[in-house]
Amino acid sequence: MSNRRVLTGNHFMNGDIATAEGAMAARIGFFAGYPITPSTEVAERLARRMPEVGDTFIQMEDELASMAAIIGGSLAGKRSMTATSGPGISLMMENLGLAAMMEAPCVVVNIQRGGPSTGLPTLAGQSDIMQARWGSHGDYRIIAYSPWSPQEAFDLTVLSFNMADRYRVPTLLLADEVIGHMVERVVIPEESEIEHWERKKPTKPPNGRFKPFEALDDDLVPPIAHAGEGYKVHFTGLTHDERGYPDMTPDTHQKLVTRLVEKIRVNADDIIRTEDYQLDDAKIVLISFGCTARSARRAVRDAREQGIPVGLLRMISIWPFPKKIIKELASNADTFIVAEMNLGQMSREVERHVSQPVVGVNHAGGEMISPEKILKAIKEVAGDV
Amino acid sequence: MRTEIRFSGFGGQGVVLMGYIMGNALALHEALECVMTQAYGPEARGGASSSNIVVSKEPIDYPFVQEPDILVALSQEAYTKFRPTAKDGATIIIDNGLVDPSAEDNTHGIPATQFAEYLGRRIVTNVVMMGFVTAVTGIANRESVEKAIEATVKTKTIPLNLKAFAAGFDYALEKELAK
Repeated sequence: MSNRRVLTGNHFMNGDIATAEGAMAARIGFFAGYPITPSTEVAERLARRMPEVGDTFIQMEDELASMAAIIGGSLAGKRSMTATSGPGISLMMENLGLAAMMEAPCVVVNIQRGGPSTGLPTLAGQSDIMQARWGSHGDYRIIAYSPWSPQEAFDLTVLSFNMADRYRVPTLLLADEVIGHMVERVVIPEESEIEHWERKKPTKPPNGRFKPFEALDDDLVPPIAHAGEGYKVHFTGLTHDERGYPDMTPDTHQKLVTRLVEKIRVNADDIIRTEDYQLDDAKIVLISFGCTARSARRAVRDAREQGIPVGLLRMISIWPFPKKIIKELASNADTFIVAEMNLGQMSREVERHVSQPVVGVNHAGGEMISPEKILKAIKEVAGDV
Repeated sequence: MRTEIRFSGFGGQGVVLMGYIMGNALALHEALECVMTQAYGPEARGGASSSNIVVSKEPIDYPFVQEPDILVALSQEAYTKFRPTAKDGATIIIDNGLVDPSAEDNTHGIPATQFAEYLGRRIVTNVVMMGFVTAVTGIANRESVEKAIEATVKTKTIPLNLKAFAAGFDYALEKELAK
């Protein structure tokens, strides 16, 4: 195909392949996965592409091992990723918690299909929204982005690697089957134009003074010393002190877990990405993400032609939740509508932050919500305003 | 202005590739936005399969074909299954060696499979049809589709594919069906 790492130029490719090329452009060094529809093309593409540039691709025996392997790859200093869907992401949840606890930067791609269980292997879903946030046990935070086009799948994969490294946190690319399989123009920039944020390195020499989990900066992120760089490093899923050694005491647990949560909260403004469409004078605020946001945009355009003051907030990042932005919109809005291909996950989160009515436009999955269905909901709400 | 095109036939006729090549031509070689989708899963194997593209001058929101403006059918089963999905007044293009359209239907036909067999490879039926579709609909310039073919098919088959494309295109010119 090509031994170039970055395929600069214009392409006609699907979202899965754009995700794989985004990983290439982000200088992925290690991929471990267990292919599953509708994410298979991500692994298929990388299996061909990564060896061309001397990187390592491993097809693992299952999803538990895949997730475990990318934590190892990450802690050895390689940008690491896996890709999965449906039951696969459920199997990864245990070790996703391990990545959060070890603060191992990694990217987990979930091309969502209809669930629960085996569900709809070849059809779209957006019902892993809450799982992405709460799926592993214990208190922790992750970052998640949701692309609405193959182009954005490319762009957000690059961003996910950068955010994962900046905050030492597992970052999810929470796409869906529609975006994974639809083919559209993808413009890949010059290699020099692709942002690459380095992991924060220790400033102390490897003489025993360096503590791998000591976060002295305002961002609450400790510098990372990789295995093999001369530092003494110890990583464990047990509650650990700043040296990384197990210390199962309430005080240490309180300090560590609070920091894991706080490091995402205090940096939320840097992490969150949203896009406005016709929101300036909106009395009805429509919220959507991923493929459903494409129908939502059309519905807003059609409703505006009928004089209805509605606008769209497209959530490009899913987690952390953009509560500041939602509260600002709430100061002028009468009603919120949340369109999502699940039975009401993001709408619950919106309800927590606003006092206005929150109307859901939902479908259990398998079929993209049509612009007409969202427009109907907007018109019903407008009748009440 | 949103134009929806559905390519259909039976599995193995290369209908997905038709959508991909036409989409590639429109998205990369014409100043147009284009999205291609296809059916996945058991329903896409055997029987009537399809690939679908939406073309517009503006960014495309809803990516799926709802009512095709242009329907291309390479098999009787595909014609029967998808003809009712087409818009009133849609352009219907068939392989008239394989599809027997209903009497009242106004279709444009080319014996694409026969042309391909004459060229020595039945596998290029879809590309013969691409040539015909390009000429009849005027949706893309000939050069754009040729570039998309060159970028998509295996290098050693480019001459055969371009010959197949030309056969379909020229047939439309001969029959005075070209736009």
